[in-house]
Amino acid sequence: MIQRIEVALKPGFTDAAGEGVVSGIKSNLGIEIESCKTVDVFTVSGPIEEAQLKKILFAFYDKIIQDVSLSPIAQAKDFNYLVEVGFLPGVTDNIGNTSREAIEYALGKKFGKELSVHSSRQYLIKGDLSSEQIESIAKNYLANQLIERFEIFSTEDWEKGKQIKASIPKVKEDFEIKVDEVNLDVSDDELVNISREGTLALNLDEMRAVRDYFKQPEILVERKKQGLGEKPTDVELEVLAQTWSEHCKHKIFNATINYKEGDKKEQIKSIFKTFIRGSTEKIGEEKDFLVSVFHDNAGIIKFTDDWNLSFKAETHNSPSALDPYGGALTGIVGVNRDALGTGKGSRLIFNTDVFCFADPFYSGNLPEGMLHPRRIFEGVRKGVQDGGNKSGIPTVNGTIVFDDRYRGKPLVYCGTGGLLPAKINGEPTEEKTAKPGDAIVMVGGRIGKDGIHGATFSSEELHEGSPATAVQIGDPITQKKMVDCILEARDECFYNNITDNGAGGLSSSIGEMARSSNGFELHLDKVPLKYAGLQPWEIMLSEAQERMTLAVPQDSVDDFMALCKKHDVEATVLGKFTDSGMFHVFFEGRAVAFMTMDFVHDGLPEMILEAEWSPEEKAGAEEKIFSTDFSGDLKKLLASLNICSKHYVVRQYDHEVQCSSIVKPLTGAMNDGPSDAGVIKPIYDSWEGIAVSNGICPRYSDIDTYHMTANAIDEAIRNAVAVGADPDYVALLDNFCWPDPEVDEEKNPDGKHKLAQLVRANKALSDYALAFSAPFISGKDSMKCDFRMGGEKISVPPTLLVSAVAKLPDVRKAVTMDVKCKGDLVYVLGETKNELGGSEFLALSGKIGKNVPVVDAEKALKLYRALHSAIKKELVASCHDLSDGGLAVALAETAFSGELGLEADLSTLSKEDGMDNTQILFSESASRFVVSVSEKNKEAFEKELAGNSFAVVGKVNDSNALLVKGIDGNQIINEKISELKNSWKKTLDW
Amino acid sequence: MKRFQNLKILGRKHWTGDLVTKGKAIVLYGYGINCDYETQFALSNAGFEAERVHVNDVVAGKKKLEDFHLLAFPGGFSYGDDLGSGKAMANKIQTSRIGSDTFEAHLKKFIAEEKLVIGICNGFQMLVKLGLVPALEGKYFEQQSTLTFNESGRFEDRWIYLKGNKESPCVFTKGIEKIELPVRHGEGKFIPANPKILEEIKSKNIVVFQYADPDFNVTEEYPLCPNGSTDSIAGLCDETGRVFGMMPHPEAHLFFENHPRWTRKKECLLREGKEIPKEGQGSPLFRNAFNYVKSKLL
Repeated sequence: MIQRIEVALKPGFTDAAGEGVVSGIKSNLGIEIESCKTVDVFTVSGPIEEAQLKKILFAFYDKIIQDVSLSPIAQAKDFNYLVEVGFLPGVTDNIGNTSREAIEYALGKKFGKELSVHSSRQYLIKGDLSSEQIESIAKNYLANQLIERFEIFSTEDWEKGKQIKASIPKVKEDFEIKVDEVNLDVSDDELVNISREGTLALNLDEMRAVRDYFKQPEILVERKKQGLGEKPTDVELEVLAQTWSEHCKHKIFNATINYKEGDKKEQIKSIFKTFIRGSTEKIGEEKDFLVSVFHDNAGIIKFTDDWNLSFKAETHNSPSALDPYGGALTGIVGVNRDALGTGKGSRLIFNTDVFCFADPFYSGNLPEGMLHPRRIFEGVRKGVQDGGNKSGIPTVNGTIVFDDRYRGKPLVYCGTGGLLPAKINGEPTEEKTAKPGDAIVMVGGRIGKDGIHGATFSSEELHEGSPATAVQIGDPITQKKMVDCILEARDECFYNNITDNGAGGLSSSIGEMARSSNGFELHLDKVPLKYAGLQPWEIMLSEAQERMTLAVPQDSVDDFMALCKKHDVEATVLGKFTDSGMFHVFFEGRAVAFMTMDFVHDGLPEMILEAEWSPEEKAGAEEKIFSTDFSGDLKKLLASLNICSKHYVVRQYDHEVQCSSIVKPLTGAMNDGPSDAGVIKPIYDSWEGIAVSNGICPRYSDIDTYHMTANAIDEAIRNAVAVGADPDYVALLDNFCWPDPEVDEEKNPDGKHKLAQLVRANKALSDYALAFSAPFISGKDSMKCDFRMGGEKISVPPTLLVSAVAKLPDVRKAVTMDVKCKGDLVYVLGETKNELGGSEFLALSGKIGKNVPVVDAEKALKLYRALHSAIKKELVASCHDLSDGGLAVALAETAFSGELGLEADLSTLSKEDGMDNTQILFSESASRFVVSVSEKNKEAFEKELAGNSFAVVGKVNDSNALLVKGIDGNQIINEKISELKNSWKKTLDW
Repeated sequence: MKRFQNLKILGRKHWTGDLVTKGKAIVLYGYGINCDYETQFALSNAGFEAERVHVNDVVAGKKKLEDFHLLAFPGGFSYGDDLGSGKAMANKIQTSRIGSDTFEAHLKKFIAEEKLVIGICNGFQMLVKLGLVPALEGKYFEQQSTLTFNESGRFEDRWIYLKGNKESPCVFTKGIEKIELPVRHGEGKFIPANPKILEEIKSKNIVVFQYADPDFNVTEEYPLCPNGSTDSIAGLCDETGRVFGMMPHPEAHLFFENHPRWTRKKECLLREGKEIPKEGQGSPLFRNAFNYVKSKLL
């Protein structure tokens, strides 16, 4: 029996959701509607009589402000158009799931799959709209057709009785469940074809390696005993494709690269091993805080004597381009699981997010299927918001970078930090091994067709009856329950090993964990499914969310299961770890995969790539642009997308939960100044803290990815130092998002150059990590950040996010960026150079320039140490780093955040010879700060800084104006603080 | 030892030090509640022996409410706010049984024994939807008001000023007339069922906190009043003053350094040669609760 419960606000109450729709339609589509009211619908399918349902309606509505009904609430007079939006079959429906539980509680009984509840929402829209307009509203604002369906009714339809019929989005379950064998004894062309048609993304060499493995006589003998032959099964082929995918094996970062730069030639055996891990290993010889680097889900460093810190960031770009909300939500809860599954398991203590979008005010053409940047912005913002807030993890730092080249693929970087006890029961928590005999236990959500072939995206069109396979929607509450449960299981020592199910699903998580025991036996028919109809290979690869895989010793299985039950968390034993050396999978008692662990993990042929570097064509000559209106240009910069206030987003992210917040994302006299980094104090009885910061400078890639990387590293460290972190206690993450560097004569002729850009970036990574003695402890790469449709190709600029965690010995000494008291001296630390290349100032006039900021790490580190020493002695009242927009922007921000005036004289500044006012004010030279210091502390502060470039440039005053004198003594800026702040806040003040 | 490893995060002194008393607090968690650790810390810091307990362990009878003096419903997103904030958890409590009695009966008994109940943010939403506050005329479990979507339609994290009601019987807020705390909610707009209820909660002084301006005068102006609450109401108690709920988070201001402008205050205090406060403004609220328990229930 299918019944609809409808819930709507009683007349007279504000419909906040409806009002949001009115303004959203206007700002997104430019269409004005009069009003919108919403009705929430719960479609109940199951053995529940109407009379029974009526008795439990209390569970669905708030009687103070809402009405509830089993018949339609909407009346024809309430709207011109009614749009109802619900999910497509198979898409995660969190509200539907909670409603189902509510029915079970209310009736006091548990149901099986005979009961399902599906949520949908009606929008009752009033306004003079054409049918095309309402169609556009439904398609381009209210629903995302990739995951949602909608129905539109006009007043006439409604009056004529053409109303919504109760129906549910049911996944077709009448597939034949089977395991196919694939004949690889075919021509090379056929092999390539099999790979392409099966979206296996394996190249010819790899396909050959697969074929040859199965033909080996000694392998065949053993396979025959399992009832298998020389043809691999579809399960085996899919497992290999997934395990050997770029996503999982980082083939490009591990490839042998023949690199050419002018006459110089060299061979690089793995960028990752040479530059990233290589530099960390060297640094590890002198730093004693590295605990576990590169081999777990996240990197681990020592934080205090009793606690270690895990940190990981990654991207979720492609899904966010298609379904910004679901994609981004999955991104954040996914990286949460990475940190959760690091070592024996971490408690999650902070999130940090960086997004790269195209201009949200973009008004150019968009190819069919590409969402408008503003819609992507809003969807991603909301997805990460729900993921972070609902998980109870504070979002302590982040930023948004805008560039129209992110139009095709937005970049959604999500990072998470976790705290894990250094030891449990005397055993170090970073060590974990699945032991032969341990049960394979899957914990958390059930498996559906979510995210199958997530990395490659099936091009198959979605239709009624076919589940949305490409996109997953996370469920933060299912995950939160699982997190609570796992941390208790960890402290009870109920498991030996843990990892998350992300890309590649069970295949990847079990395959990886089984390396420590050297084999496993998995029974796919035991896996709990969301709905029937999944093929064995789909169960193996599904990327359904909220799942962890654990190795549970047999004598702990019962206790562990009881704990899961208490937490209302589903857990299932799927098999056991072995030491057979075999990757052994069964379905209904029959072997469906039987391969050696060695082949699965190490059988991938090495990739050899060519890279050739030549200077960037985009980088022009040095631009001689002179500002003629410094105040005006400063206000333009403050209002520019990359510099302007992101308070609209920050305010909607919880940054206080866990009572650890010390330096918040917004700070200053009016709580609205831009902090350089977040600081938290995660342990209640310790004053030791963690600074979290990010560095990202993709504009500099237009000139040289080497310096782009150097600046990103410097920026991340500089930001942490600015709030009081110890520059000698910094750990970094790399996250590369690159345009495809693999040559394809037709589609990607300049692949060699992009690979060379990657090589240069990694050379800088190694050089500067070593120079700053700041090790990279984990990282990720996404190497296909291109969008191609209808002949158009949009590639992201080579982008590297460097994320930093750094230690504050005592958070009570932390410093914020706002000036504090009138009369304080204003210093600029570091040397200002003629480095306008890639600056926001040149970008104002559409120029790139040539003189990209060059980081002098030796000088920088010396300065950072001196500044840190001064901060520890409480000599510094405020400290703000100089970045986008240079000195002018930093002076303005530091003044208006403190709601005080500031006067500065550029002639006293420490700078290169021959610079003009424009260069001094807007150059983005690295490693600089604006610092304010009380008169009383002048001497002591200068003593700390001795031997570094620094100078007093002015004073804080109560004039409420920013006054800047140029090098020739003329007043070049005289602007009210309130005006400057207004320029900075208004752009994204949505 | 291994059992309590993750409790070390709460501060060793509260766990291995000598407990002067047995004032016991139960902090519920599970299903998306997420302020349980800091609420536990706030209570233990105030002197309680505070324990995080999964709501299902209460339902299963493994932990008994009667063994505690204070019950805390912390903030978070129970059931993801999927049926409206706090609603699904309220449903669960309304329809659950503990042994042969209803969960509600246990709560009634707890309240009748003059013990304390606090709900913060999502916990307050739950108390309101369960009808534990305002519970005028002692009508517990009759929903008399609600908390719903902010006028802005948004979740917001911002620090606000609260004016405390001197005349309120609330035992948690004795002597607290001015306090700065963060709000972090999307559904904090208080709406009474009817004007009579509003009148009564005002005349009985069970409005405990109202949103205010920086001079601590009550205001309805956004964003000082962040959600459009009726009469800027931010916190309510029952008529006994022992059941109390509030939207802002006192457990998020336990250290002076949690305040958004602490670096500014510190700078002034240093220059004036004055001492820097040892705790945040939320701490006294939990201490009041402990003092009540110590003097009345032990």
